[in-house]
Amino acid sequence: MIIENSSTILSVEGLRASINGTEILKGIDLTVKSGEIHAIMGLNGSGKSTLAKVLAGHSAYEVTAGAVQFEGKNLLELPPEERARAGLFLAFQYPIEIPGVANTQFLRLAYNTVQAQRGKEELDPLEFDDFVREKMKLLEMRPDFLDRSVNEGFSGGEKKRNEILQMALLEPKLSILDETDSGLDIDALKIVANGVNRITNKDNATILVTHYQRLLDYIVPDFVHVMQAGRIVMTGGKELALELETRGYDWITANKQQVAGVTA
Amino acid sequence: MSEVTGTGYLECLLESWRAKPAEALSWLDQLRAQAIDRVSTQKLPTKRDEEWRFTDISPLTTLPYRPSQPDANLRIQDIQHLFLDEVKSRLVFVDGYYSPQLSVIVNPALVMGNLPALLSTHATALESHLGQYARFDQNVFTAMSTAFLRDAAVIIAPKNTVITDPIHVLFIATQHEVTSYPRCLVIGETGSQITLIEDYVALQQAAYVTNAVTEISLAGNARAQHIRIQRESSQAFHFANCVAALAHASHYQSVSIAQGSKISRYNLDVRLTDEAAECMIDGLTLISDRQLADTHTCIDHSKPNGTSHQQHKCIADDTAHAVFNGKIIVRPHAQHTNSSQSSRNLLLSKTAQVDTKPQLEIFADDVKCAHGATVGQLDAEEIFYLRSRGLSEKSARNLLTYAFGAEIINRIPVTSLRQQLAQAVLDQTQSN
Ligand SMILES: Nc1ncnc2c1ncn2[C@@H]1O[C@H](COP(=O)(O)OP(=O)(O)OP(=O)(O)O)[C@@H](O)[C@H]1O
Ligand SMILES: [Mg+2]
Repeated sequence: MIIENSSTILSVEGLRASINGTEILKGIDLTVKSGEIHAIMGLNGSGKSTLAKVLAGHSAYEVTAGAVQFEGKNLLELPPEERARAGLFLAFQYPIEIPGVANTQFLRLAYNTVQAQRGKEELDPLEFDDFVREKMKLLEMRPDFLDRSVNEGFSGGEKKRNEILQMALLEPKLSILDETDSGLDIDALKIVANGVNRITNKDNATILVTHYQRLLDYIVPDFVHVMQAGRIVMTGGKELALELETRGYDWITANKQQVAGVTA
Repeated sequence: MSEVTGTGYLECLLESWRAKPAEALSWLDQLRAQAIDRVSTQKLPTKRDEEWRFTDISPLTTLPYRPSQPDANLRIQDIQHLFLDEVKSRLVFVDGYYSPQLSVIVNPALVMGNLPALLSTHATALESHLGQYARFDQNVFTAMSTAFLRDAAVIIAPKNTVITDPIHVLFIATQHEVTSYPRCLVIGETGSQITLIEDYVALQQAAYVTNAVTEISLAGNARAQHIRIQRESSQAFHFANCVAALAHASHYQSVSIAQGSKISRYNLDVRLTDEAAECMIDGLTLISDRQLADTHTCIDHSKPNGTSHQQHKCIADDTAHAVFNGKIIVRPHAQHTNSSQSSRNLLLSKTAQVDTKPQLEIFADDVKCAHGATVGQLDAEEIFYLRSRGLSEKSARNLLTYAFGAEIINRIPVTSLRQQLAQAVLDQTQSN
């Protein structure tokens, strides 16, 4: 929801980033305020995941220009773990498998680290078990996912649910969901969308990276941005996603200067 | 590593041999005498020996390392922290000498105790097994051990006896600059089943030499789980030879963890001497600083329908050097052998080193043998994933290192020991 005078959670200005000397992000401007849901769409390879990973602090990318403020802090100065502890969360497009680390052990470590940062109580394994099982019910995840190694052998959809489970546990200020809807069946999509909707409120914000209007039927965005070749080339309201669904991306390239609907 | 100094270490020990042990059972005396003969014809190995090319033991010659002496001063409270909840029977040896007051033998179904105490009651079994597997004609360390054979942990599982609680054999090092000769003999009679924990520990950071020999003989359908923990002092030298002889349809599971010692060498020979024998051989080497840990295994299939599965992992940090040489022999008669070997290695620093070498000698044509080796670092994407969830870089690395080793540790069938070792892995990786 767009709330008047709400505080800015994320502000990105002129962000440029490259990997191995190849520039991928070519000047990104984006402001996200509390309560808002932003969707980022765009062709394969336009830089959506790169933006997400740069914001999360992946060391393979070199930021060459621009500034990013997160809750008033200079985000680019912080190592990834401090970004996470400050309330930034990235649900990965391709969640990593970690053989040998039990999911429950991983989830509890992450939860307790973030709790400690917030000056809140850490949970012992038994307490955590009760707590995480409740959260798993919301996402209709079977408890045996706790004992398995992190994401190892999980199906594509199960990995995505495990990401949202982490989001539910960590209660981030800003969640970036990178194609969390890809690979989900219709039922799973509803469950995951429901989970996300329960977590979002007027004090936090969400960025959804997606290719499909389908997700946006369940999680309704306040803004839709279109990325192309490392830039945000168009920003609109939720109706822009519908238009992209019918018209594709070609017309945007032809009218690059055009700004539809609301201006960010 | 010149021969002159090499002979020095042996000579010094040889001199002390002349002060002969007291008991006078002729077959044992003969065995010792044959062994000492062999010692005098052999030399300490050097890097010029193919089997020792990564492992330079010349630092051994810088101190005298005389034979250890019996010392009965150790109290139960000094070693209590080493006890394991699941264990009921425990044999404790201090610097190679049996300590009756620290040992507990509660299992009437088993024959267990110190060699001299069993010599009169179990002479036939002892004579037909002791020194019969770990041969000393080619191996100077085994020859020394046999020459100095006095105390030894002996465990005999009689026919069809199934013992579920593990037996803990603790070899504790307390003295400086000595050589001790821990020795183990395990006889699993037909259909018996036991779990053995062979545990080498030090009570202080001393330089000393452990020269250990273990012989395990499994008769038809016998089963043994053999857990071996080498957590010696970081200045120690540890040389160990273990031979397991597997008869018809017997089953041997070995999990060995090498964690301590400045220089260690473990030779494990598993001989599948009859049909349908099975073994699972797992190992984990976890070293740092300037440690060197060398594991040589040889799995020898000589009869049909045998199975062997082996997984060895090394984690090396700082300038540590891990060596794994895994030989698998499938002899001409050993048709339908099913054998697999995997060697996976994790280097935690740029200066750590691993040398891994599978060595397959297959002379039968209808066999299944798979093997593979990898050497790698921690995965950067995995580290980033964990950090993106709030874990510090250090704890992310620790967790991943732990996970790498946990696969082997989790195969130890004794919960409290598994937890102790898991903690040790986490502690050892704290510096990262
Ligand atoms: N290591 C690299 N070296 C060179 N180019 C790279 C490297 N990694 C990524 N890229 C390129 O960066 C561009 C942006 O990739 P990114 O993953 O951000 O796209 P995306 O918008 O998320 O696409 P998709 O919709 O397919 O997920 C791609 O063209 C990709 O090939
Ligand atoms: Mg992407």
